[in-house]
Amino acid sequence: MKVIIMGCGRVGARLAGLLDTDGHSVTILDTDADSFRRLPATFKGTALVGNGLDQEALKRAGVEEADAFVSVTQGDNRNVMSAQIAKHIFNVPKVVCRIYDPLRQELYSTLGLETLGPTTIFAQMLREKLEA
Amino acid sequence: MYIVVVGGGRLGYYLSKALLNEGHEVVIVEKEASFCKIINDEMGGVCICGDGCETTILAEVGTGRADMLIAVTGDDEDNLVACQVAKHKFNVPRTIARMRNPQNEAIFKKLGIDVTVSSTNVILEHIQEEVPTHPLTHLLTIRDRELEIVEIKITPEAAATGKRVRELSLPEGCRLALVIPEKQKPRMPTNDTLLQAGDRIIAVITPEAEETLRAALSGI
Repeated sequence: MKVIIMGCGRVGARLAGLLDTDGHSVTILDTDADSFRRLPATFKGTALVGNGLDQEALKRAGVEEADAFVSVTQGDNRNVMSAQIAKHIFNVPKVVCRIYDPLRQELYSTLGLETLGPTTIFAQMLREKLEA
Repeated sequence: MYIVVVGGGRLGYYLSKALLNEGHEVVIVEKEASFCKIINDEMGGVCICGDGCETTILAEVGTGRADMLIAVTGDDEDNLVACQVAKHKFNVPRTIARMRNPQNEAIFKKLGIDVTVSSTNVILEHIQEEVPTHPLTHLLTIRDRELEIVEIKITPEAAATGKRVRELSLPEGCRLALVIPEKQKPRMPTNDTLLQAGDRIIAVITPEAEETLRAALSGI
């Protein structure tokens, strides 16, 4: 499948590498070209400098033909907005976005967005480790 | 009315001042502590320091009883989220968002933001209208009906000069409301009204028909 990842931080770069190895066509977007150094040397996908909130940049990344869109920038609001653009403007079939703030995550889940909250997940995992 | 303003930058500051002067109850939510201090020193304790996208902060300022939330930070994504939280978590009846990128209008509308104001477009329109050769000026937008009221100048070289209203090929749904001749009193046009160079015409149209109307009246 064709996947667009917005945000080439540690998680974004790692996900891009994994999906690329699995044979998917990956395009990763970041506003800072410097962040592409995190991509594995074997990465065969496309790395594009651009803002995922900008619909022109998303089109350049091929959002109109994308099967999936993932937003993992450092900003919750940026992730939420670009995910909603991908879902509601470009009708990307599978959209997942990261939201650190648990309350915001809860709200956007009820609004129908597929969200992942690292704060909640990680806290639970730590508790399990400690209580084990 | 009780109004929550998110963003205490220059726009939030002057907007809140105007709203307070009109007798509204206003609270400003601003992230930057130094901005909060400036506002509170000058306007009294109206500014709360915090992130206006966060449910807890919005709950603290009583967003649940707000009649309106206006998000005027410099970032479109923050304005969008503040309005969405206000709408869906606190049932605020009216949300207004400022946009930097005019392209975002469609997504903001689709996501239920009641009113969007594109600062870029507003400035752009004003500049365009100050260009003397620009024949069409936007006077008013009637948002809930997708209509606008515009003014068009009839130039001497325009094809419409010396024609009667019935001879023009006006776009569908367009209404000519008023003709303001250069030296006579304004009058309501009929099909027989003769258009002359220097006339200004006030028309009601849909945004899509704007270009056709401009071509019909001031085209050569």
